[in-house]
Amino acid sequence: MEDVVIIDYATGNLRSVCNALDRLGARWRLSSDAGEILAAERVLLPGVGDASCAMNELKARGLDDVVRGLTVPVLGICVGMQLLCRSSEEGNVNCLGIFNTPVCRLHPDAAAGVKVPHMGWNTLTDLTSPLFDGLEDGCFAYFVHSYAASLCPETIAVAQNGISFSAALSRENFYGVQFHPEKSGEVGSRILYNFLNIK
Amino acid sequence: MLAKRIIPCLDVKNGRTVKGINFLGLKDVGDPVELGAAYAAQGADELVYLDISATVEGRGTFVSLVEKIASRVNIPFTVGGGISSLDDAARLLDSGADKISVNSAAVRNPDLIDRIAGRYGSQFIVLAIDARNQGNQWIITTHGGSRMTDRELFSWAREGQERGAGEILLTSMDHDGTRSGYPCDLFAQLSEQLSVPLIASGGAGSAQDIARVLTEGKADAALAASIFHYGQMTVGELKEALAASGVCVRM
Repeated sequence: MEDVVIIDYATGNLRSVCNALDRLGARWRLSSDAGEILAAERVLLPGVGDASCAMNELKARGLDDVVRGLTVPVLGICVGMQLLCRSSEEGNVNCLGIFNTPVCRLHPDAAAGVKVPHMGWNTLTDLTSPLFDGLEDGCFAYFVHSYAASLCPETIAVAQNGISFSAALSRENFYGVQFHPEKSGEVGSRILYNFLNIK
Repeated sequence: MLAKRIIPCLDVKNGRTVKGINFLGLKDVGDPVELGAAYAAQGADELVYLDISATVEGRGTFVSLVEKIASRVNIPFTVGGGISSLDDAARLLDSGADKISVNSAAVRNPDLIDRIAGRYGSQFIVLAIDARNQGNQWIITTHGGSRMTDRELFSWAREGQERGAGEILLTSMDHDGTRSGYPCDLFAQLSEQLSVPLIASGGAGSAQDIARVLTEGKADAALAASIFHYGQMTVGELKEALAASGVCVRM
Protein backbone atom coordinates (compact mmCIF):
# COMPACT_ATOMS: atom_id res chain seq x y z
CA MET A 1 0.00 0.00 0.00
CA GLU A 2 1.16 3.54 -0.77
CA ASP A 3 2.11 6.01 1.93
CA VAL A 4 0.25 8.77 0.15
CA VAL A 5 -2.27 9.26 -2.66
CA ILE A 6 -1.76 12.41 -4.75
CA ILE A 7 -5.01 13.72 -6.18
CA ASP A 8 -4.59 14.02 -9.95
CA TYR A 9 -7.21 16.45 -11.25
CA ALA A 10 -5.50 17.97 -14.28
CA THR A 11 -4.04 21.05 -12.65
CA GLY A 12 -0.61 20.95 -14.08
CA ASN A 13 2.59 19.18 -13.45
CA LEU A 14 2.75 16.80 -10.50
CA ARG A 15 6.26 15.65 -11.30
CA SER A 16 7.98 17.90 -8.73
CA VAL A 17 5.83 16.57 -5.91
CA CYS A 18 6.41 12.97 -7.00
CA ASN A 19 10.16 13.57 -7.26
CA ALA A 20 10.26 15.06 -3.76
CA LEU A 21 8.41 12.04 -2.34
CA ASP A 22 10.81 9.74 -4.20
CA ARG A 23 13.75 11.51 -2.59
CA LEU A 24 12.18 10.69 0.81
CA GLY A 25 11.66 7.07 -0.21
CA ALA A 26 7.87 7.40 0.14
CA ARG A 27 5.49 5.27 -1.91
CA TRP A 28 2.88 7.31 -3.73
CA ARG A 29 0.10 6.90 -6.27
CA LEU A 30 -1.58 9.45 -8.54
CA SER A 31 -5.33 9.06 -8.56
CA SER A 32 -8.58 10.78 -9.37
CA ASP A 33 -10.60 7.77 -8.22
CA ALA A 34 -12.87 8.48 -5.23
CA GLY A 35 -12.52 4.92 -3.90
CA GLU A 36 -8.73 5.03 -3.97
CA ILE A 37 -8.65 8.46 -2.36
CA LEU A 38 -11.05 7.38 0.42
CA ALA A 39 -8.93 4.29 1.10
CA ALA A 40 -5.65 6.24 1.29
CA GLU A 41 -3.51 6.46 4.43
CA ARG A 42 -2.86 10.11 3.64
CA VAL A 43 -3.75 12.44 0.81
CA LEU A 44 -1.93 15.20 -0.97
CA LEU A 45 -3.87 17.89 -2.86
CA PRO A 46 -1.48 19.76 -5.18
CA GLY A 47 -2.44 22.55 -7.55
CA VAL A 48 -1.03 25.28 -9.72
CA GLY A 49 -2.66 27.89 -11.92
CA ASP A 50 -6.05 29.46 -11.49
CA ALA A 51 -8.01 28.61 -8.30
CA SER A 52 -11.45 28.79 -9.91
CA CYS A 53 -10.34 26.48 -12.75
CA ALA A 54 -8.83 24.07 -10.21
CA MET A 55 -12.06 24.12 -8.16
CA ASN A 56 -14.07 23.35 -11.28
CA GLU A 57 -11.77 20.45 -12.16
CA LEU A 58 -12.15 19.04 -8.65
CA LYS A 59 -15.95 19.34 -8.79
CA ALA A 60 -16.15 17.89 -12.30
CA ARG A 61 -14.61 14.70 -10.90
CA GLY A 62 -16.95 14.70 -7.91
CA LEU A 63 -13.94 15.05 -5.62
CA ASP A 64 -15.00 18.16 -3.68
CA ASP A 65 -17.19 16.16 -1.29
CA VAL A 66 -14.64 13.33 -1.21
CA VAL A 67 -11.91 15.69 0.02
CA ARG A 68 -14.25 17.38 2.54
CA GLY A 69 -15.12 13.98 4.01
CA LEU A 70 -11.55 12.73 4.47
CA THR A 71 -10.49 11.80 8.01
CA VAL A 72 -6.86 10.86 7.25
CA PRO A 73 -4.08 13.50 7.13
CA VAL A 74 -4.54 15.75 4.09
CA LEU A 75 -1.97 18.27 2.81
CA GLY A 76 -2.91 20.95 0.29
CA ILE A 77 -0.02 22.62 -1.53
CA CYS A 78 -0.22 26.12 -3.07
CA VAL A 79 -3.51 26.29 -4.99
CA GLY A 80 -4.37 22.97 -3.32
CA MET A 81 -4.19 24.81 0.03
CA GLN A 82 -6.27 27.68 -1.35
CA LEU A 83 -9.01 25.23 -2.35
CA LEU A 84 -9.25 24.13 1.29
CA CYS A 85 -10.10 27.73 2.25
CA ARG A 86 -13.54 29.37 2.27
CA SER A 87 -13.31 31.25 -1.02
CA SER A 88 -10.88 32.75 -3.51
CA GLU A 89 -10.88 36.15 -5.16
CA GLU A 90 -9.29 34.47 -8.17
CA GLY A 91 -12.38 33.93 -10.29
CA ASN A 92 -14.57 34.70 -7.22
CA VAL A 93 -15.09 31.06 -6.40
CA ASN A 94 -16.40 29.30 -3.31
CA CYS A 95 -13.91 26.71 -2.15
CA LEU A 96 -14.11 23.73 0.23
CA GLY A 97 -14.39 25.77 3.43
CA ILE A 98 -12.20 23.57 5.63
CA PHE A 99 -10.23 26.64 6.71
CA ASN A 100 -12.55 29.53 7.50
CA THR A 101 -10.59 32.25 5.73
CA PRO A 102 -10.73 33.94 2.33
CA VAL A 103 -7.95 33.91 -0.27
CA CYS A 104 -7.30 37.44 -1.55
CA ARG A 105 -5.18 39.03 -4.27
CA LEU A 106 -1.74 40.35 -3.26
CA HIS A 107 -0.95 43.89 -4.41
CA PRO A 108 2.38 45.21 -5.69
CA ASP A 109 3.77 48.31 -4.00
CA ALA A 110 6.60 49.97 -5.92
CA ALA A 111 7.54 52.31 -3.05
CA ALA A 112 7.95 49.39 -0.64
CA GLY A 113 9.56 47.13 -3.24
CA VAL A 114 6.71 44.61 -3.04
CA LYS A 115 6.39 42.55 -6.23
CA VAL A 116 3.56 40.29 -7.36
CA PRO A 117 3.77 37.36 -8.02
CA HIS A 118 5.35 36.85 -4.62
CA MET A 119 8.24 34.76 -5.82
CA GLY A 120 11.26 33.39 -4.01
CA TRP A 121 12.40 32.33 -0.57
CA ASN A 122 10.62 33.91 2.35
CA THR A 123 10.75 33.34 6.08
CA LEU A 124 8.15 31.29 7.94
CA THR A 125 7.36 32.67 11.38
CA ASP A 126 4.98 31.88 14.26
CA LEU A 127 5.30 28.16 13.62
CA THR A 128 2.74 26.24 15.65
CA SER A 129 2.25 22.74 14.32
CA PRO A 130 3.91 19.30 14.30
CA LEU A 131 4.19 19.92 10.54
CA PHE A 132 7.22 22.10 11.42
CA ASP A 133 8.91 19.73 13.89
CA GLY A 134 12.67 20.17 13.74
CA LEU A 135 12.44 23.59 12.06
CA GLU A 136 13.05 26.99 13.56
CA ASP A 137 11.11 30.22 13.31
CA GLY A 138 12.63 32.22 10.46
CA CYS A 139 13.45 29.24 8.23
CA PHE A 140 13.00 29.87 4.50
CA ALA A 141 10.54 28.26 2.07
CA TYR A 142 10.00 28.82 -1.65
CA PHE A 143 6.83 30.68 -2.68
CA VAL A 144 5.27 31.43 -6.07
CA HIS A 145 1.78 32.92 -5.91
CA SER A 146 -0.32 36.03 -6.48
CA TYR A 147 -3.18 35.24 -4.05
CA ALA A 148 -2.89 34.50 -0.34
CA ALA A 149 -5.02 33.28 2.57
CA SER A 150 -5.72 35.87 5.26
CA LEU A 151 -4.55 35.29 8.82
CA CYS A 152 -7.05 33.38 10.96
CA PRO A 153 -7.17 31.11 14.04
CA GLU A 154 -6.16 28.17 11.82
CA THR A 155 -2.91 29.87 10.73
CA ILE A 156 0.10 27.74 11.74
CA ALA A 157 2.81 29.76 9.93
CA VAL A 158 2.99 33.39 8.83
CA ALA A 159 4.83 35.02 5.91
CA GLN A 160 4.92 38.60 4.65
CA ASN A 161 4.78 40.21 1.24
CA GLY A 162 3.49 43.71 1.83
CA ILE A 163 0.91 42.18 4.18
CA SER A 164 1.13 39.25 6.58
CA PHE A 165 -0.70 36.16 5.35
CA SER A 166 -1.12 32.47 6.20
CA ALA A 167 1.93 30.58 4.94
CA ALA A 168 0.32 27.45 6.38
CA LEU A 169 -2.99 26.43 7.93
CA SER A 170 -4.35 23.44 9.81
CA ARG A 171 -7.60 22.21 11.23
CA GLU A 172 -8.04 18.68 12.62
CA ASN A 173 -6.60 16.31 9.99
CA PHE A 174 -6.28 19.00 7.31
CA TYR A 175 -3.04 20.89 6.56
CA GLY A 176 -2.25 23.43 3.87
CA VAL A 177 0.93 25.20 2.81
CA GLN A 178 1.08 28.17 0.44
CA PHE A 179 4.75 27.58 -0.38
CA HIS A 180 6.20 24.66 -2.32
CA PRO A 181 7.79 22.14 0.07
CA GLU A 182 8.81 20.04 -2.95
CA LYS A 183 11.06 22.94 -4.07
CA SER A 184 12.13 24.24 -0.67
CA GLY A 185 15.38 22.32 -0.23
CA GLU A 186 16.01 20.67 3.14
CA VAL A 187 13.30 22.70 4.90
CA GLY A 188 10.72 21.46 2.40
CA SER A 189 11.91 17.87 2.68
CA ARG A 190 11.53 18.05 6.44
CA ILE A 191 7.96 19.37 6.14
CA LEU A 192 6.99 16.57 3.75
CA TYR A 193 8.68 14.07 6.06
CA ASN A 194 6.73 15.47 9.01
CA PHE A 195 3.47 15.21 7.07
CA LEU A 196 4.22 11.59 6.18
CA ASN A 197 4.70 10.90 9.89
CA ILE A 198 1.72 12.76 11.35
CA LYS A 199 -0.63 10.35 13.10
CA MET B 1 11.26 38.61 4.94
CA LEU B 2 11.65 37.89 1.26
CA ALA B 3 15.28 37.03 0.50
CA LYS B 4 17.25 38.31 -2.47
CA ARG B 5 17.98 35.29 -4.65
CA ILE B 6 21.38 34.12 -5.88
CA ILE B 7 21.13 32.09 -9.07
CA PRO B 8 24.13 30.30 -10.58
CA CYS B 9 23.84 29.87 -14.35
CA LEU B 10 25.19 26.74 -16.03
CA ASP B 11 25.84 26.52 -19.76
CA VAL B 12 25.14 23.07 -21.17
CA LYS B 13 26.37 21.80 -24.52
CA ASN B 14 25.41 18.34 -25.75
CA GLY B 15 24.41 17.32 -22.24
CA ARG B 16 27.65 18.47 -20.57
CA THR B 17 28.42 21.52 -18.46
CA VAL B 18 30.72 23.92 -20.25
CA LYS B 19 33.39 25.94 -18.36
CA GLY B 20 35.73 24.35 -15.91
CA ILE B 21 35.02 24.23 -12.23
CA ASN B 22 37.26 22.29 -9.95
CA PHE B 23 36.78 23.86 -6.56
CA LEU B 24 33.69 21.84 -5.69
CA GLY B 25 35.53 18.58 -5.20
CA LEU B 26 33.25 16.88 -7.68
CA LYS B 27 34.36 13.79 -9.53
CA ASP B 28 32.76 15.05 -12.70
CA VAL B 29 32.37 18.82 -13.02
CA GLY B 30 30.99 18.29 -16.52
CA ASP B 31 27.89 16.59 -15.17
CA PRO B 32 25.14 19.22 -14.99
CA VAL B 33 23.13 17.19 -12.46
CA GLU B 34 26.04 16.79 -10.04
CA LEU B 35 27.09 20.38 -10.44
CA GLY B 36 23.54 21.67 -9.88
CA ALA B 37 23.15 19.52 -6.78
CA ALA B 38 26.47 20.87 -5.46
CA TYR B 39 25.36 24.47 -6.00
CA ALA B 40 22.07 23.69 -4.24
CA ALA B 41 23.99 22.24 -1.30
CA GLN B 42 26.12 25.42 -1.15
CA GLY B 43 22.95 27.49 -0.77
CA ALA B 44 21.98 28.49 -4.32
CA ASP B 45 18.37 29.71 -4.32
CA GLU B 46 17.60 28.63 -7.87
CA LEU B 47 19.52 27.37 -10.88
CA VAL B 48 19.43 28.35 -14.53
CA TYR B 49 20.51 25.87 -17.20
CA LEU B 50 21.14 27.36 -20.63
CA ASP B 51 21.30 24.95 -23.53
CA ILE B 52 23.92 26.19 -25.96
CA SER B 53 23.86 23.05 -28.13
CA ALA B 54 23.68 23.87 -31.78
CA THR B 55 22.46 20.48 -32.98
CA VAL B 56 19.18 18.56 -32.91
CA GLU B 57 20.91 15.69 -31.06
CA GLY B 58 22.21 18.12 -28.46
CA ARG B 59 18.74 19.52 -27.89
CA GLY B 60 17.31 16.01 -27.47
CA THR B 61 19.95 15.26 -24.84
CA PHE B 62 18.94 18.42 -22.98
CA VAL B 63 15.34 17.23 -22.55
CA SER B 64 16.40 13.97 -20.90
CA LEU B 65 18.88 15.94 -18.80
CA VAL B 66 16.04 18.12 -17.51
CA GLU B 67 14.29 14.99 -16.22
CA LYS B 68 17.41 13.96 -14.32
CA ILE B 69 17.88 17.44 -12.83
CA ALA B 70 14.23 17.49 -11.72
CA SER B 71 14.53 14.19 -9.91
CA ARG B 72 17.75 15.13 -8.13
CA VAL B 73 17.66 18.87 -7.37
CA ASN B 74 15.36 20.09 -4.59
CA ILE B 75 15.30 23.80 -5.48
CA PRO B 76 13.61 25.50 -8.46
CA PHE B 77 15.40 25.56 -11.81
CA THR B 78 14.86 27.45 -15.04
CA VAL B 79 15.89 26.21 -18.47
CA GLY B 80 16.48 28.30 -21.53
CA GLY B 81 18.37 28.54 -24.78
CA GLY B 82 16.78 28.25 -28.17
CA ILE B 83 13.16 27.97 -27.02
CA SER B 84 11.19 29.24 -30.00
CA SER B 85 7.78 27.59 -29.80
CA LEU B 86 5.08 26.55 -27.36
CA ASP B 87 6.06 22.93 -28.10
CA ASP B 88 9.70 23.58 -27.11
CA ALA B 89 8.51 25.12 -23.84
CA ALA B 90 6.00 22.33 -23.21
CA ARG B 91 8.63 19.61 -23.68
CA LEU B 92 10.90 21.18 -21.07
CA LEU B 93 8.18 22.05 -18.54
CA ASP B 94 6.63 18.59 -18.87
CA SER B 95 10.09 17.11 -18.27
CA GLY B 96 10.18 18.80 -14.88
CA ALA B 97 11.65 22.28 -15.39
CA ASP B 98 10.06 24.82 -13.01
CA LYS B 99 10.36 27.72 -15.45
CA ILE B 100 11.56 28.35 -18.97
CA SER B 101 13.21 31.49 -20.26
CA VAL B 102 12.66 32.97 -23.70
CA ASN B 103 14.80 35.60 -25.37
CA SER B 104 15.33 36.11 -29.12
CA ALA B 105 12.26 34.11 -30.14
CA ALA B 106 10.01 36.35 -28.03
CA VAL B 107 11.42 39.47 -29.70
CA ARG B 108 10.70 37.93 -33.09
CA ASN B 109 7.29 36.64 -31.99
CA PRO B 110 6.00 38.36 -28.82
CA ASP B 111 2.81 36.26 -28.93
CA LEU B 112 4.96 33.32 -27.74
CA ILE B 113 4.89 34.87 -24.24
CA ASP B 114 1.08 35.00 -24.21
CA ARG B 115 0.82 31.43 -25.44
CA ILE B 116 3.20 29.95 -22.87
CA ALA B 117 1.72 32.03 -20.03
CA GLY B 118 -1.81 31.15 -21.18
CA ARG B 119 -1.13 27.44 -21.10
CA TYR B 120 1.10 27.14 -18.02
CA GLY B 121 0.73 30.41 -16.09
CA SER B 122 2.97 33.46 -15.72
CA GLN B 123 5.09 31.89 -13.02
CA PHE B 124 6.52 29.47 -15.57
CA ILE B 125 7.91 32.03 -17.99
CA VAL B 126 10.93 34.30 -17.60
CA LEU B 127 11.56 36.92 -20.26
CA ALA B 128 15.31 37.28 -20.77
CA ILE B 129 16.37 40.59 -22.30
CA ASP B 130 19.84 41.47 -23.65
CA ALA B 131 20.20 45.23 -24.01
CA ARG B 132 22.89 47.66 -25.21
CA ASN B 133 23.25 51.35 -24.53
CA GLN B 134 22.84 53.44 -27.70
CA GLY B 135 23.12 57.16 -27.08
CA ASN B 136 20.41 57.95 -24.55
CA GLN B 137 18.45 54.73 -24.99
CA TRP B 138 18.82 51.05 -24.14
CA ILE B 139 18.11 48.92 -27.21
CA ILE B 140 17.19 45.22 -27.28
CA THR B 141 19.63 42.88 -28.97
CA THR B 142 19.17 39.24 -29.96
CA HIS B 143 21.38 36.25 -30.69
CA GLY B 144 23.68 36.80 -27.74
CA GLY B 145 23.94 40.53 -28.27
CA SER B 146 25.11 40.29 -31.88
CA ARG B 147 21.98 41.67 -33.54
CA MET B 148 20.40 45.05 -32.78
CA THR B 149 16.62 45.42 -32.96
CA ASP B 150 14.39 48.48 -33.10
CA ARG B 151 12.91 47.80 -29.67
CA GLU B 152 13.59 49.95 -26.61
CA LEU B 153 14.24 48.22 -23.26
CA PHE B 154 11.60 49.79 -20.98
CA SER B 155 8.71 49.43 -23.39
CA TRP B 156 9.69 45.84 -24.22
CA ALA B 157 10.00 44.85 -20.55
CA ARG B 158 6.57 46.35 -19.77
CA GLU B 159 5.07 44.66 -22.83
CA GLY B 160 6.60 41.34 -21.73
CA GLN B 161 5.07 41.74 -18.28
CA GLU B 162 1.67 42.61 -19.75
CA ARG B 163 1.83 39.61 -22.06
CA GLY B 164 2.34 37.36 -19.05
CA ALA B 165 6.04 37.02 -18.24
CA GLY B 166 6.35 36.30 -14.51
CA GLU B 167 9.92 37.62 -14.22
CA ILE B 168 12.29 39.76 -16.26
CA LEU B 169 15.97 38.77 -16.55
CA LEU B 170 18.03 41.71 -17.79
CA THR B 171 21.61 41.53 -19.07
CA SER B 172 23.50 44.65 -20.07
CA MET B 173 25.57 43.45 -23.02
CA ASP B 174 27.85 46.45 -22.45
CA HIS B 175 28.79 45.05 -19.03
CA ASP B 176 28.46 41.29 -19.61
CA GLY B 177 31.82 39.57 -19.25
CA THR B 178 33.61 42.74 -18.13
CA ARG B 179 33.42 41.93 -14.40
CA SER B 180 33.22 45.67 -13.80
CA GLY B 181 29.86 45.76 -12.03
CA TYR B 182 26.26 46.37 -13.07
CA PRO B 183 24.64 49.59 -14.32
CA CYS B 184 22.70 50.01 -11.07
CA ASP B 185 20.76 53.11 -12.16
CA LEU B 186 19.34 51.19 -15.10
CA PHE B 187 18.27 48.25 -12.95
CA ALA B 188 16.70 50.53 -10.33
CA GLN B 189 14.72 52.46 -12.94
CA LEU B 190 13.43 49.29 -14.55
CA SER B 191 12.66 47.55 -11.26
CA GLU B 192 10.51 50.51 -10.16
CA GLN B 193 8.50 50.28 -13.37
CA LEU B 194 7.81 46.57 -13.07
CA SER B 195 5.38 44.78 -10.78
CA VAL B 196 7.08 41.42 -11.46
CA PRO B 197 10.53 40.48 -10.09
CA LEU B 198 13.67 41.64 -11.89
CA ILE B 199 16.77 39.43 -12.11
CA ALA B 200 20.11 41.15 -12.76
CA SER B 201 22.70 39.47 -14.94
CA GLY B 202 26.05 40.24 -16.51
CA GLY B 203 28.99 42.15 -15.13
CA ALA B 204 29.54 40.89 -11.60
CA GLY B 205 33.19 40.93 -10.63
CA SER B 206 32.82 40.84 -6.86
CA ALA B 207 30.40 40.32 -4.00
CA GLN B 208 30.19 44.11 -3.66
CA ASP B 209 28.93 44.42 -7.25
CA ILE B 210 26.16 41.93 -6.49
CA ALA B 211 25.34 43.64 -3.18
CA ARG B 212 25.00 46.98 -5.02
CA VAL B 213 22.65 45.71 -7.73
CA LEU B 214 20.44 44.06 -5.07
CA THR B 215 20.26 47.29 -3.01
CA GLU B 216 20.85 50.44 -5.11
CA GLY B 217 19.87 48.53 -8.26
CA LYS B 218 16.65 47.26 -6.58
CA ALA B 219 16.98 43.91 -8.34
CA ASP B 220 15.16 40.99 -6.72
CA ALA B 221 17.75 38.40 -7.70
CA ALA B 222 21.20 38.13 -9.26
CA LEU B 223 22.28 35.59 -11.84
CA ALA B 224 25.98 34.84 -12.00
CA ALA B 225 28.25 32.46 -13.83
CA SER B 226 31.96 33.35 -13.95
CA ILE B 227 32.22 34.37 -10.32
CA PHE B 228 31.32 30.79 -9.34
CA HIS B 229 32.70 28.84 -12.25
CA TYR B 230 36.23 30.14 -11.98
CA GLY B 231 36.41 29.40 -8.30
CA GLN B 232 36.51 33.01 -7.15
CA MET B 233 34.00 32.20 -4.42
CA THR B 234 31.36 29.66 -3.51
CA VAL B 235 27.66 30.51 -3.29
CA GLY B 236 27.95 30.23 0.48
CA GLU B 237 30.86 32.68 0.63
CA LEU B 238 28.99 35.14 -1.59
CA LYS B 239 25.92 34.95 0.63
CA GLU B 240 27.98 35.52 3.77
CA ALA B 241 29.48 38.62 2.17
CA LEU B 242 26.00 39.83 1.12
CA ALA B 243 24.61 39.25 4.61
CA ALA B 244 27.53 41.23 6.05
CA SER B 245 26.57 44.09 3.70
CA GLY B 246 23.03 44.02 5.06
CA VAL B 247 21.36 42.18 2.17
CA CYS B 248 18.66 39.71 3.22
CA VAL B 249 19.71 36.31 1.89
CA ARG B 250 18.69 32.77 2.76
CA MET B 251 21.49 31.22 4.82
